[in-house]
Order: sequence, then C-alpha cells, then structure tokens
Amino acid sequence: MTPRARMLLWSAIRHIVLLAGAGVMLTPFIWMVSTASKPQTEIFSSDLHLIPYQFALWDNLLIAFVKADLWRYLLNGLIVTASIFGLQVLVALPAAYALAKLRFLGRDVLFALVVFCILIPPQATAIPVFLLLHKLGVLDTYAALVLPFTISVFGIFLMRQFFKTVPDDLIDAARMDGISEFGIVWRVMLPTAIPAVTAFGIFSVVAHWNDYFWPLIVLNSEHLQTPPLAVAHFRNNEAGTNYGPLMAAAMVIIAPLVIAFLFAQRRFIEGITLTGIK
Amino acid sequence: MAEIEIRALRKAFDGAEVLKGVDLTIHDGEFISLVGPSGCGKSTLLRVIAGLEPQSSGEVRIDGAGADGIRPSARNLAMVFQSYALYPHLSVFDNIAVPLRMKRLSALERAPFVGRLMPGRRRAERVIRDDVERVAEQLEISPLLKRKPGQLSGGQRQRVAVGRAIVRQPRAFLFDEPLSNLDAKLRVHMRAEIAQLHRQLKTTFIYVTHDQAEAMTMSGRIAVMIGGELIQVGTPAAVYEDPCDIRVAEFVGTPKINAFPGRIRSDGRLEMLGHVLHAATLAPEGECRICVRPERIELASHGLLSGTVVHLENLGSEAFVHIGSAGTDAPVVARVNDPGQLPAIGATVGYGFAPEAVRAFDADGKRIVTSVPSRVERPRGMAVV
Ligand SMILES: Nc1ncnc2c1ncn2[C@@H]1O[C@H](COP(=O)(O)OP(=O)(O)OP(=O)(O)O)[C@@H](O)[C@H]1O
Ligand SMILES: [Mg+2]
Repeated sequence: MTPRARMLLWSAIRHIVLLAGAGVMLTPFIWMVSTASKPQTEIFSSDLHLIPYQFALWDNLLIAFVKADLWRYLLNGLIVTASIFGLQVLVALPAAYALAKLRFLGRDVLFALVVFCILIPPQATAIPVFLLLHKLGVLDTYAALVLPFTISVFGIFLMRQFFKTVPDDLIDAARMDGISEFGIVWRVMLPTAIPAVTAFGIFSVVAHWNDYFWPLIVLNSEHLQTPPLAVAHFRNNEAGTNYGPLMAAAMVIIAPLVIAFLFAQRRFIEGITLTGIK
Repeated sequence: MAEIEIRALRKAFDGAEVLKGVDLTIHDGEFISLVGPSGCGKSTLLRVIAGLEPQSSGEVRIDGAGADGIRPSARNLAMVFQSYALYPHLSVFDNIAVPLRMKRLSALERAPFVGRLMPGRRRAERVIRDDVERVAEQLEISPLLKRKPGQLSGGQRQRVAVGRAIVRQPRAFLFDEPLSNLDAKLRVHMRAEIAQLHRQLKTTFIYVTHDQAEAMTMSGRIAVMIGGELIQVGTPAAVYEDPCDIRVAEFVGTPKINAFPGRIRSDGRLEMLGHVLHAATLAPEGECRICVRPERIELASHGLLSGTVVHLENLGSEAFVHIGSAGTDAPVVARVNDPGQLPAIGATVGYGFAPEAVRAFDADGKRIVTSVPSRVERPRGMAVV
C-alpha cells in the first residue's frame, strides 16, 4: 500500500467513526423533529418512517402554543436564567477577585473550600434548601427558582483561575489611578474577563434553562413554570400522552439554545477550550 | 514637586526580609535612579513609596508629611510599569483620561448611562478632553488616541503609559524599568526622551532599572541597591569612579571591573601577583582585592603583567581584549580605543595600569583608601615598582 493510499484509508476510517458518533448524537433530535411533524395517527402506526406522509408540524405547534401557553413558559425561562446568571456574576466576580488578587488570612483555606464545594451534587442539598425556602415563605415563587443558585462555586472557581492570569501591574495601575477595589472588579477585571464570563454564562444558562429537577420540586403554580416543565404537560397518564405537540413544544424550547449556539459558535468553543472542560 | 524621605524602611514577605533598613532622601525635582541586580528589592521599595505595599517598619515621608495609611491615589504619585499596564479594553484616549475622570468626576457622574445626565459632567469631560489632547500632543501620540493598546507597538504603549502618568500632574514619578521591554535602539531613544521630559517637567523622578547604562546616562544621582540595602548613593561619576564597595564596583560599568587577588603588606604597600604596586594604604595588613576598570588597563610590551589573548570583542569604535593570565580566575578585560591595533587571539601580551587606577577593597568588600606616594621618577603608566 502506498503511503498516499494509507492516508486516504485512514482518513476514511476517521470520517466513518466520526459520522457514526454524530449519528448517535443526532438521532434523538431527528426523531423529535420527525415526530413533531406527524399527525397523531402516524405516530402510533406500526411502520417506521422518518418523513411524515402528512405534514402536521404547524398543527402540532399550534396545539402546543394554544394548549400550553408556551410563550409564558419561555418568558419564565428567560427571567429565571437571566436573573440566575446576573446574580451569579454579581457574587462570583468580587469573590474571585478577592481569592485571586487580595492577600488576607485564610484565603487559601477559603479557596480550598470553594473547590471542595464543586464536588457536592445539588441533589444532596436539595432537601435542606427546600426547607429553608419554606421557612422563608418563598416556595412557589421566582425567588425559589433563583435564590439557591446565586452562589455558583463553579463560577467563582472559573473566574478566579482567569483572574490569576491578569497581571498584578494592571491592578496596581488602577489603584494608582484612584479606582476603588470594587471599581477594579467592575471596571478593570470584568472587561478583561469577558471570554471567561461568556464561557461561564454558557454553562449557567444551559444548565438552568434545561433544569427539570428543581422547578419540579419548588413550583406548584402553572404560571411560574419553566420550559422543561411545560413539555411535561403533554404527558398525561389518563388521556394518554400527546406526542406530536409534546415534541413540537420540545423543539420550541431547545430552539433558543440552538440559535444562540449557531450565532455564538466561536465564542462557545473559545469558552470551552478556556475552561479545559469538554 | 515633592521631596521624598525614606527612613529605616524595612519590608519582609512571609519572614523573608527584602528591604533591610533603607534610608534615602530624594530631593525636590531630582532625577534619581535606583539600580541593582535582579531581586534586590528595587520594585518593592518603589511599591512601598507608591503605597501599593505596606512596609514592615520605617517611614515614608512625602513633602515632610508621613504617608502611612494614605491610599496610593491620594499620595498623588504616578507610576509607569514595566509591562505598561494599560487597560486593554479602553482606547488610548480613555486610558489617559482614567486618572482624571477618577479625580474630577463624582461617582455618580462616572456611572454608566446616568452619568451622562449629570449637569457637571459635560463641562468636566470637555476639560479632560483638552488635557488629554495636550498630553498626547506633547508625546506625539495624537493620531493614536482612538486605538486600543493591543493595536500599538511597544514604544507607542510606552508613551501612552507615560501620558497616563503625566496627565494628572503628580508630585513625583515612579518608573519601574519602563524601557526593559523595548529593543536596544528604541531604548536609547526613549532614554533621551525621558531625560528631556524631566527637564521639561522639573518634577521628582524615581527611576528603577537594572541597566546601569540607563542609570548613568539619565540621572542626577544613582542609588545602588544590593540585597535589600542601599550600598551607595551619589552622582553617576562618583559611583563609577569612587565605588565604596566591591559589589558596587562590579555592578556599575560594562564590561565588569577587573578584580585581582592581592595583599596589603606590613609596610602598607599593595601587592598583587607577586608584584608590589606603587600604591599605599593605611589599612592593616591582610588579604584584599585590587580592581581596575578595563579602560585603565593598558596593553604594552613593557607592562609587567602578561597573559595570552583568549577572546576579542570588536565593537567598531572600540574593542575589548580578554587576557587570560595565571593568578586571576576570570580573564582580564582591557579596552583598546583603536580596534586597528588588536593583538591576535593566542598572542602573548603585556599589560599594566597606573597606580591611580587602583581601587582596592578589603576582605569584607569595603573600599580601602589608597594613595600614590609621590616619586620623582616613575615609568609612565605602570603601577608596578
Ligand atoms: N508579593 C511578594 N511575596 C513574596 N515575595 C516577594 C513579593 N514581591 C517580591 N518578593 C520578593 O522580594 C524580592 C525582591 O523583589 P523585587 O521585585 O523588589 O526585586 P527587583 O529588585 O525589582 O528585581 P527585578 O530587577 O528582577 O525587577 C524577591 O526575592 C522577590 O521574590
Ligand atoms: Mg522589579
């Protein structure tokens, strides 16, 4: 075999493997789009076909929006994820600045605790947090959805690692220019840390937009529900699950993330390589 | 304009003492350079003066008033950093305007969005704009005002950093190796510009560098710092000609001063490599080091010391001959003013020096005063009896 042929073969094998992987990842999405486009009768028919005989996507979307008031849920999702991210930044940046750049007693212990907290799964603290919110009387409000996530140890860790790379001279120059310590966080560190904040924002927004567990626990009122709960509306044990509109609703709620990804693809990849997390 | 006094200043990091009792008075309007090898504590001293680092003990007084506990910005000193430390997200204009905005605008006026609505803001901004433009003009960076620091060359960044320092009209300037990131040619150019700036502003300049050529060419006085102590403070000529410590003698001057092992005889005469020098001292008998600057070493066939040429450095206008000889650890370096007259590598050459060229140091490295007893007749240029 000539080296050239070997190169071609190797390249072909690589692509086949990658295509297979992509297939595994994409099949559920394709199935979702396919199901969302079929009328109820076709979904339950015994023959498997991807392309619907009768195109029913608009009907299903219409049912989804009318029956479940999807706009309301999307708005809830937006309010909740934006508030969580905003508050997380408000807490994480000063904390990360102190941990990275200020010298004080116990700093290293504090930082070790932050790293340690990353190891605690949120489910482990769910019940105490639930009880706390109950005592505060804020269960079944936006506050219950937002408050438990305002302190993101992952965010603090990520920003602290990034701030470590900011030269000390820059901070000293800011001090000489008369910028206060909080001023340094917002006027100097935040602008230089935009790539890290973006990366963190991606993780935060994706996690909380898709979160099913916590809203399910703390919410009763329908008008506060977030998008993933909305999808669950179509699962109905008595009347049978209405798969067409369910899949259409699922399409709608993942659409903002997909669109955001397409627009900010480069940032997304930058952010992920920045954090070293794949 | 400020006089800065430093009294018995000590600074320790986690138990390691970096500044070991520094005393220095910097006069109003003076250009003083702080030189010393890497890690000797120059930057630390500068940062203590600036207020960025608290001292462990001792005192910094600015214009007679103690500076302890006064915030860096309130001391009204300006600092130029080695890395320039420009705000990467701000344009050159905004970089230079930051200290003015911080000083002249209230917190509310600086706030994003609402700030624009404040009544005094517009007038203050106009004055700031004029000030920034005047400084930009002075430093010839007016065409760059809209650019970001990332779009500037090293020399241009340097100017912007200087602009940010002078725009606030500080009482004194602190420079921390501002030229060390520039290439050699630009460095020489900026050297002249900074000296010119000092003549123009007539403000106190404290200039940290580990490049002794920079210190020698720009400053009125040099403070040589070694291992956290100020060893010698004086004019460039005094520090060069009259070093009080062998470490100063070795640090100042390129190539390094030649050091020979020697001895003080019981009659006070100096002896080296088996020759008795025509130089005497009142210091007690014992070991010593005898140092001679390369330009004071003369190559001559009748010189009483000799060795073989091991290396030649021809710089065009002058040349240095490295002579390896028995009894010295490092080759002896001699400057030859006419590179056309160089010996060949491997050739045996004789050399010597005048007794006035001798700088002797005792076993602790302290300077020994030497004198040249007058004598009616003495072979010209040769120190050896
Ligand atoms: N924040 C700090 N914590 C601990 N040690 C420090 C700190 N800053 C400086 N040092 C130590 O103090 C000593 C002097 O540092 P300094 O920066 O003043 O040296 P320098 O003379 O400016 O050297 P250079 O010419 O390399 O800039 C060094 O040994 C350094 O390791
Ligand atoms: Mg330094």
